[in-house]
Amino acid sequence: MSIMDAVQHRDAAAQAASPIPSTPAAKPRFGRTFVLGILLPVALALGWEIAVATGFAQGRLMPPPSRLFKTLYDLAITGELWRHIGATLARVLAGFALGTIVGTLVGAIAGASRLTKDIIDPTLQGLRSVPSIAWVPLFILWLGIFEESKIALIAVGCFFPVYLGVFGAISSVDRKTVEVGRMFRLSQFQLVRRILLPAILPAYVLALRQGLGLGWMFVVAAEFMGASEGLGYLLVDGQQLGKPDQILAAILTFAILGKITDGLLAAATAPFLTWQDAFAPKN
Amino acid sequence: MLNIQSVDKVYPNGVRALDRVRLDVEQGEIVAIVGGSGCGKSTLLRLIAGLDPATRGAVEIDGETILSPHPCVGMIFQEPRLLPWLTVAGNVAFGISHLPLGKRDAIVGEVLLRVGLSDYADRWPRELSGGQAQRVAIARALAPRPKVLLLDEPFSALDAFTRASLHEHLLELWRALRPTLVLVTHDVEEAAYLADRVVVMRPQPGRISSTFELDLKRPRDRYSPELEAAKRRILNALDQSLRARSAGDELVPAAAI
Repeated sequence: MSIMDAVQHRDAAAQAASPIPSTPAAKPRFGRTFVLGILLPVALALGWEIAVATGFAQGRLMPPPSRLFKTLYDLAITGELWRHIGATLARVLAGFALGTIVGTLVGAIAGASRLTKDIIDPTLQGLRSVPSIAWVPLFILWLGIFEESKIALIAVGCFFPVYLGVFGAISSVDRKTVEVGRMFRLSQFQLVRRILLPAILPAYVLALRQGLGLGWMFVVAAEFMGASEGLGYLLVDGQQLGKPDQILAAILTFAILGKITDGLLAAATAPFLTWQDAFAPKN
Repeated sequence: MLNIQSVDKVYPNGVRALDRVRLDVEQGEIVAIVGGSGCGKSTLLRLIAGLDPATRGAVEIDGETILSPHPCVGMIFQEPRLLPWLTVAGNVAFGISHLPLGKRDAIVGEVLLRVGLSDYADRWPRELSGGQAQRVAIARALAPRPKVLLLDEPFSALDAFTRASLHEHLLELWRALRPTLVLVTHDVEEAAYLADRVVVMRPQPGRISSTFELDLKRPRDRYSPELEAAKRRILNALDQSLRARSAGDELVPAAAI
């Protein structure tokens, strides 16, 4: 990291020194992008803090950042926060894992042939148009009000993007690429492992990230159904007891956790996608 | 060694792409198949490759009927069709993954040297030019040491300069390894320059209308009078094969070939 930074700084210095403008292909520097991205939220937070501190605003329903961080700190110190994070994270991961496994399998089966597609896809497209929250009463009747119904709801949320991603990616694999495999007499299994899987990987990773994002969305709905712990519980509790700082603390935690898990997923899959000839936006 | 025995190919939509096509190719021979679009020349190549089945008749290699892709047959398509998730070396090694690693690396190194891309082993396909990518595709097809190499308009997407340089590469490979080459092209000059024998096909239904033996010694001069004369003969034959058919329906100008 530090070596990379040094190299980048030297490059930047060289570019600044040379009269020739930097090439458009130059990679955007991480530091600059980071500062630009964080500028707006920091300015808003500072502004609000000052407004409340000077008595310009009351801050009862919208607590200033300092109170927000104090609430977060208190929750963390007592261990409350970690318990809630643990509960929510466990639900998201369980639901995501379940939805991903089923979505991948069903997507692969639907993509395998014209026949399976014609059998499976219309039903799933029909089910997809049902808002997933609408399943809640049914899941509660079937699975009770505890973990099972929550995980089922999250799994349903994750299932559809993963299913669509896998199914769509398989049906768009180029026949010409498959023919290369046939010329080298790959078996059906080798064809899947050496051609189909690598070909669908980029779309699959995207589908997983979408699924995970929806998983975070549905965990809130699931925890609204009645939970005694979890970040969603913190939200409901904060509303019922009139603690906006607790609500905001939970929201902030959701944002951070969502970003971290997405980043981890992206980082874990990045080594497999270095070959991609992707469009790289210029700065 | 390659025998095409009165092969028919009728597509499910009723189009008769090939009609009683017979062709025998000797070991190490270079045969070029030329013809207008829709004359079935690519269909014929796909039958030899074992990618599509014949409706009637059979294709045999050394007496063995081709029903699916044969280990002795390599194919080079119009597009390079490299696998973008493998490096150049990975692509070249794609068809020889059953060999032990050391042997595989040796073969990859050797064929990349033959196509002049030794320094590109670790590149990704996206980093190659069109001509380089097609050379990698040739290397990939050569790696399993095919006895027969099928080429389906392999140079048609390239500029004239790159095409000429790839002709030389191909002839060099042929001199070294002596595979049987069956080349489908719509470029008469390419056919006359490369081939020992040029087969002219005509469309609807796809048939062989005439065959030319080119007894010109190699290396050939692209602009020699003999080659020019051969080209003219082939062009005439092509022209006639198209005119004969279009007595009633639309006239296909030779320029469209």
